Amino acid sequence: MYRYDEFDQRFVDERTAQFRAQVARRLKGELTEAEFKPLRLMNGLYLQLHAYMLRVAIPYGTLNGRQMRKLAEIAERWDRGYGHFTTRQNIQFNWPKLNDVPDILDALAEVEMHAIQTSGNCIRNVTSDPFAGAAPDEIEDPRITAELLRQWSSLHPEFTFLGRKFKIAVTGSETDRAAIKIHDIGLQIVQRDGETGYRVLVGGGLGRSPFVAQELRAFLPKADLLPYLEAALRVYNLHGRRDNKYKARIKILVHELGIAEYRAQVEAEFDRMDGDAVAVPTEEVARIAAYFAPPDLADRMGDADEAARMTAASSDFAAWLEQNTASHRTPGYRGVTISLKPIGGAPGDATAEQMRAMADIAERFSQDEMRVTHEQNVVLPHVAEGDLFRVWRALASAGLDAANKGLVTDIIACPGLDYCALATARSIPVAQDIARRFADPERQRAIGPLQIKISGCINACGHHHVGHIGILGLDKAGVESYQITLGGDATETAEIGARTGPGFAYEQVPGVIETILDTYLDLRLAGETFLGAYRRVGMEPFKEALYAAA
Amino acid sequence: MLLLDRTGVIDDLWPRIGEEDPLPEAGRALVDFRRLGEAVKTGLELGVHLPNDTEADAVVSRLARLALISVEFPSFADGRGFSIGRALRQRGFAGRLRASGPVIADQFAYLLEVGFDEVAVPDSVAARQAPESWQAALGAITLGYQRGIGRPSILEQRRAARA
Repeated sequence: MYRYDEFDQRFVDERTAQFRAQVARRLKGELTEAEFKPLRLMNGLYLQLHAYMLRVAIPYGTLNGRQMRKLAEIAERWDRGYGHFTTRQNIQFNWPKLNDVPDILDALAEVEMHAIQTSGNCIRNVTSDPFAGAAPDEIEDPRITAELLRQWSSLHPEFTFLGRKFKIAVTGSETDRAAIKIHDIGLQIVQRDGETGYRVLVGGGLGRSPFVAQELRAFLPKADLLPYLEAALRVYNLHGRRDNKYKARIKILVHELGIAEYRAQVEAEFDRMDGDAVAVPTEEVARIAAYFAPPDLADRMGDADEAARMTAASSDFAAWLEQNTASHRTPGYRGVTISLKPIGGAPGDATAEQMRAMADIAERFSQDEMRVTHEQNVVLPHVAEGDLFRVWRALASAGLDAANKGLVTDIIACPGLDYCALATARSIPVAQDIARRFADPERQRAIGPLQIKISGCINACGHHHVGHIGILGLDKAGVESYQITLGGDATETAEIGARTGPGFAYEQVPGVIETILDTYLDLRLAGETFLGAYRRVGMEPFKEALYAAA
Repeated sequence: MLLLDRTGVIDDLWPRIGEEDPLPEAGRALVDFRRLGEAVKTGLELGVHLPNDTEADAVVSRLARLALISVEFPSFADGRGFSIGRALRQRGFAGRLRASGPVIADQFAYLLEVGFDEVAVPDSVAARQAPESWQAALGAITLGYQRGIGRPSILEQRRAARA
């Protein structure tokens, strides 16, 4: 994985010192709260319902054992002993004190981490495929591009006071595990006539006006990436709406101009630019790429059948192996998903002890690497099949062995009304209630692949629009009301879900999910997933089941 | 109004001509964008003040005639001016470029990096943020990842280290 050189380190150290001085200037009154706000946001610091919240960047979700241990230390020393992994592949601490934040940033800088641009109207932490460098279907490791973009977007002088936040995701595979179609810009590494480049998508996003991204360029040569992005961002910065924050994202500009007009403006700007002055030198790309060279994995074919043998000894292990591991490009290895969704837990939360356990396991069994996923889980990208049983046992002893990856209880949820100042309804307790209702592992497996995504307000941090079942918590005259959407999809076949109809009360939600899933189980064809069945039969049968009785 | 460049406080040599005011006979004048057509016909040394919903292209044919372009920043949070400044430089403007409005010291470096030479902030900002704060803010981050900006580029330094 990427390691800082002296320049990266100096940059982050200076940024931390700058923020320390900004806090002091705020306390002296030199900066007003309005002026301080974007500065603290661009250092990851939010003011939430009960306290400040610090969002730490985990670039493209990748971190090593030492970094995870530092997160554990921060959780214990400055927070309440846990952290929350987010849908943006970051981690949030919910209880830091303003005066402690510069010290926390110093602690992060010790392990090559920061909180730069995890909030604010700027280019946010670039996200990517959690199985990068391990997936069998990958053209190129997308983290090379993601790291290049991390550097280019850091304190970019032109794009640090945009109309609204700007999110970029990169995938190196046709199978999209990075949800690129719901990002402001999505980059897919593709090949054309033997040349590797990018397919560029633009204008995806959720929030109160959800859009699936459209194609801006079918093929962009690699060398043109930064100039082309500068052109795309410049057109947005100049023409994106500034009159209404809910209409300020690039998706609205693209929607209002139309993709053809937006493309024409970007291409015109791109043509006028001196691309060579902006583009990254090829030797710099090569320097970054070297950090992402495939790990030197020992030949483990000799004991590769051990996992299969152990399934006979433990049905729990067999279930976990089946559900939580994925194929790897190297024979004898698998990618492992550590579920942060134990029944009754808060989705994405991990205690300091659990973080240390994950660090230990990654160091011993996964080339000292972990990836945070946008589903709020953690991936061990390179585990030898011969080690899987030991990995499972170690995870189990830390309460990290939930065998529910991709199932009904692997729920994405935003922090909701329990933490967030914007929320209009609770989300975490809804996720917990649903998980308890479907706790039976056999029932979960019978239902099969399913993504439930819950947001506690219209801003859609829980990605409800692209959940197979989406749940949106609203406030109706002081009472929580939950709207249900069906058929959403965050992958390469992205769709925005459709609403079933009127919302439901908080207490009704688990029963509503049960009704939807019973309806699905009744009508599905052999081997048909929930999403497949919904696409075949449409909304009607579900609507009838939900509302006919009323 | 406080006028600063990278050296510190400087004098404002550009009298701003009000909307209704007659253009002076000679010397320098900073006029509103809507009076630019009228002003270019004079022999004045010219500056123009651009609202931030005006494109760089709106003045591109007059760049050689302009000694100063002042770009409006209606609020420090409205960053359109950063792109206008960069676009003006990329289109070849070689005169003096000014950012006008309630920007803050923490934006000073970014402004210089996209091509501005100076900032003109209202007294309400100047009262809280002394010239020393602006100078200090400039030195906070000494290197950057982008190329073609004022800060020493990390990419160029890496290249030099390799050579």
